Amino acid sequence: MSQAAKKDTPEQAEYRAYCRKWIEENRPEEPDFRLPLQAIEVMDEGVKEYLQTWQKKAYDGGLIGVDYPTEYGGGGKSGMQTIANQELAAGDVPYFINVIGLGMCAPTIFHHASEELKRRFIPQILSGEMIWCQGFSEPGAGSDLASCNTSVVKKGDKWIVNGHKVWTSLAHYAGWMIALVRTSNHDKYKGLSFFVLPVQDTKGVTIRPLIKITGETGFNEVIFEDLEVPDSYRLDDVGKGWTVAMTTLTHERGAGTLVGPNTGMSARGATRTQRLLELAKKCRRNGKPAIDDPFIRDRIALVAVWEEGLAQNQRRAKVPGLTDDPMRIPLQGKVSFTELAQLAATVALEIEGQASSLYIADPMAPDSGTWPLTFLNSYGNTIAAGTSEVQRNILGERVLGMAKSK
Amino acid sequence: MAQPKDFGFGEDEKMVRDSARKFIGEHGSIEKLRKLVGGDPDPEKSPESLYDAPAWEQIVELGWTALAIPEEAGGVGMNMATVAALAEVVGGHAFPSPLIASLLTTLVVREASGENRNELLGEIAEGKRVALAVTGNEGAWDIDSATIEVAASGGSVVLSGFSRYVQDGGKAELFLVAGRSAAGLGLYAVPADAKGLKVTLDQIVDRTRDQATLELDGVELPASAVIAAPADGTQVLEKALPALLTVVAADMVGASEWQLQTTTEYAKTREQFNHPLGFFQAVKHPIVNMMLEIDKAKSLVYAAASAIDNKPENAERFARMAKAQASDTAAFCSDRSVQLHGGIGFTWECDVHFFFKRNKHNQFLFGDGAYQRSKLMKILAG
Repeated sequence: MSQAAKKDTPEQAEYRAYCRKWIEENRPEEPDFRLPLQAIEVMDEGVKEYLQTWQKKAYDGGLIGVDYPTEYGGGGKSGMQTIANQELAAGDVPYFINVIGLGMCAPTIFHHASEELKRRFIPQILSGEMIWCQGFSEPGAGSDLASCNTSVVKKGDKWIVNGHKVWTSLAHYAGWMIALVRTSNHDKYKGLSFFVLPVQDTKGVTIRPLIKITGETGFNEVIFEDLEVPDSYRLDDVGKGWTVAMTTLTHERGAGTLVGPNTGMSARGATRTQRLLELAKKCRRNGKPAIDDPFIRDRIALVAVWEEGLAQNQRRAKVPGLTDDPMRIPLQGKVSFTELAQLAATVALEIEGQASSLYIADPMAPDSGTWPLTFLNSYGNTIAAGTSEVQRNILGERVLGMAKSK
Repeated sequence: MAQPKDFGFGEDEKMVRDSARKFIGEHGSIEKLRKLVGGDPDPEKSPESLYDAPAWEQIVELGWTALAIPEEAGGVGMNMATVAALAEVVGGHAFPSPLIASLLTTLVVREASGENRNELLGEIAEGKRVALAVTGNEGAWDIDSATIEVAASGGSVVLSGFSRYVQDGGKAELFLVAGRSAAGLGLYAVPADAKGLKVTLDQIVDRTRDQATLELDGVELPASAVIAAPADGTQVLEKALPALLTVVAADMVGASEWQLQTTTEYAKTREQFNHPLGFFQAVKHPIVNMMLEIDKAKSLVYAAASAIDNKPENAERFARMAKAQASDTAAFCSDRSVQLHGGIGFTWECDVHFFFKRNKHNQFLFGDGAYQRSKLMKILAG
């Protein structure tokens, strides 16, 4: 953090000092309940309200949306969100609940929606007063996203929506959804359009929770049956849905023009390596401390090397002389970080040995059973937002120029 | 001291790297490599030390042998990022040359002090071909494994014993030899033509370098040959070790990148089942995995270089990580480069075997991935 601070312009330094002080003075009370690992797993009304209140406070404090223009409820600055994010991460504060809205919906609306929609929606996303979700995947359209088939048909001056979206995180609290839909069957890509759709307590919309392999919810399916929406809810032109979706996905991969506000959950507390080292000191394996077991030592060191390698990748990505292709490292981010998380959780279970059978509700579970939970959840991240296999196709085709796989 | 965000790789460093890319690209082209070391494949033929001698003279003129030598000792005093970048280019062409041995030796000698050290550094800068002879009889990876025995005799010292796995020892005019006496490990400058020294080339798999065994039978040296006194040798070697690991790791990063690019190119052009190979994910995905591994290795190499220059207390940690990652990367990329080339990749006429063998050699030099990780854990967990 101090390293980042050293490169600050005077304006950035001033804003950084402001953020630091604000966080110190406005840090929320420690909750008396267990916060789920991620915002999308929140199921409890009380937890939701706690997090929504925190987001609103941080928004009012000027730490969210600082790079958006003021007419859309932003701070009217540029290059400042990163500073707020660094300070939020260092401040070890809770995450913001409107993650999908902040990371994907707001940038998509900003780049492609009408002036009216921008003024109406961006402020409520930033403040967290309205939770948003994203409707991309369908039962028949996973990795092959462009084959999505939720149909939107013109009827007079309205559009009629019918279809089925799945893996919709936060839909159970969301008022609105950004949705990739089909307006024509003539062309796979040019037949796609992009809308914002009302989803809460709306006639023609049914939201049902899907239960993950962890036993928790965290996403939903959303079924549209003759939902009627006005043309003003459309983003960009009819047939431009794929282009708009690319903006969403670019921001989802962290490579977009607008830096999303975040609290740096991954930076919260210790590194993965440190957590594994601590765990290995507590656990016994085959009759001796796990930390003294040569196999466990090798496995932890492997995680340490991988974790540091990715951290140094981020540093090198900013040195043009040492990156012959500027997209090579950024496009690796998703697959690298999710697979590292999976490896770390795998190693944690190896360290725990028999005790890795104890889940979150067992009082004897090491680290309160979070490692089996993290391990199970890690597959969500290697599958969602483009599976690791799709990511490897993207890298092989866009970076290395190999033939497109079918 | 804070670490520079750019690893210390700025405009000057880039200029050296780019000139190395140009020079070695020309003098170390794949055609020249094939011609130089791809001749008689017979595994039983006598080992040779093969390199382009006129190119070496030009390298000396370009000043690369003075690059890592501090200014106060008559060198150019470039940073470790430059040295790493140079090694990366050498590896990227599997370029047979005394250069890597010269850099490794320099990185050890510069950690010593005194008049003899400066004298030797001056000679290295001017192009004396040198090699590092620090490994003992059993080839242990510990940097203080030397088994040569040193005895004092009046004003001179007498060295006896074996030094093994001397990299590019066949090219050297002088060896920096680690020897043991009651007082500890010392470092000695031993001319290749010293009386009592026998240099035998090993029969090795990798022909882009040579490797030698030194047998010293009462080699008598004057006091001026002592580069590090017996009490200081271990410390000098330990201080230099992160840099040695970084150079070898950088060589592997360069060679692995060659394997990535060459295998990718083959996957684009070779067709089977009416598609280029890269169309098939069983080929595409492992090639992408090569890239993912290389990038981590490369970033760790420059992080290690930066730590060596700016934060020595972190140097060993990062260098162990770099060598661990690069060793595994080199093994993986070598494996896939041959396998994905199919039948042709298994032949002597296909160039992939040069890089395959160089990388497999470097994988084990100064310790493989698992060894580096065990050393890393000593730092992380005690």
